[in-house]
Amino acid sequence: MSEHRTVGVPILRLGDVLVTGLLNELDDRAAIAFTEELTARISAEGARGVLIDISRLEIIDSFVARTLMELTTVSRLLGARVIVAGMRPPVAITLVELGIELVGVETALNPEQGLAALGWRQAQEPLGGSRRGAAP
Amino acid sequence: MVLPRESTVASRPKPAPRAGDGEAGAPVTRQVTHQVRTEEDLLAVRHAVRAATVEAGFGIVDQTRVVTAASELARNAYVHGGGGTLTIEQVRGPAGRGLRLVVKDDGPGIADLDTALTDGFTTGAGLGHGLGGARRLMDEFTVHTGAGQGTVVVATRWTVR
Repeated sequence: MSEHRTVGVPILRLGDVLVTGLLNELDDRAAIAFTEELTARISAEGARGVLIDISRLEIIDSFVARTLMELTTVSRLLGARVIVAGMRPPVAITLVELGIELVGVETALNPEQGLAALGWRQAQEPLGGSRRGAAP
Repeated sequence: MVLPRESTVASRPKPAPRAGDGEAGAPVTRQVTHQVRTEEDLLAVRHAVRAATVEAGFGIVDQTRVVTAASELARNAYVHGGGGTLTIEQVRGPAGRGLRLVVKDDGPGIADLDTALTDGFTTGAGLGHGLGGARRLMDEFTVHTGAGQGTVVVATRWTVR
């Protein structure tokens, strides 16, 4: 029961946002373990946002779609907003043809846009414009 | 009481049926059968189907369609059929190459195929889009099943349509 199969992507924390991703090799047990780990982290760390990078998923079948929808719903019940980022275009086309709309799942084109939606901004250019920090 | 011996549902309508498109018509140039008995098998089957789509010359969107359909059908065989096999066939039609998936299981079969093909109908842990969704992703799709008879799904996608 407490067998901990990780899906291989660590869950990082940036302030009140958790950042993670899914690997292509997601199977049922890994999906359940991932949901349990993520919800435990949301609860323990009071996360308000979750970014899930799915750019490595080569397909999303109805099982993975269900996992994403459940993750989103469970996280929302715990007070965290989930954004799924980086879906590959062929995956999006195939999902629509499958008849799956991922209702309730918020998406972003890429992790940067997802993080921006969760309130994070790109770091500004260092003052002076040069990495070496040439003094003005 | 009479139960149907076999229910079949043909593919979605195609623009122009071609000679040799039938199940027996197109010559099979290569055929490999994979077991679908464990979760690991599901992943292995996906990899094998992906490699076969590349070999057949499918573009990336078609590769994704066929691998997704294979994943749905293999999962059905694993979850509902208690395990089975998935055979990948490289086929050659009049207009070009294609890939045919034959997914068999010896499970309880599908008593009401029309209902099983309806979006949103599920008896398992999925979304209920598996069978009907897989049918939409492929050019030809046939199901042979009946209560107590197991299930065989034959699904083909052509590189040139």
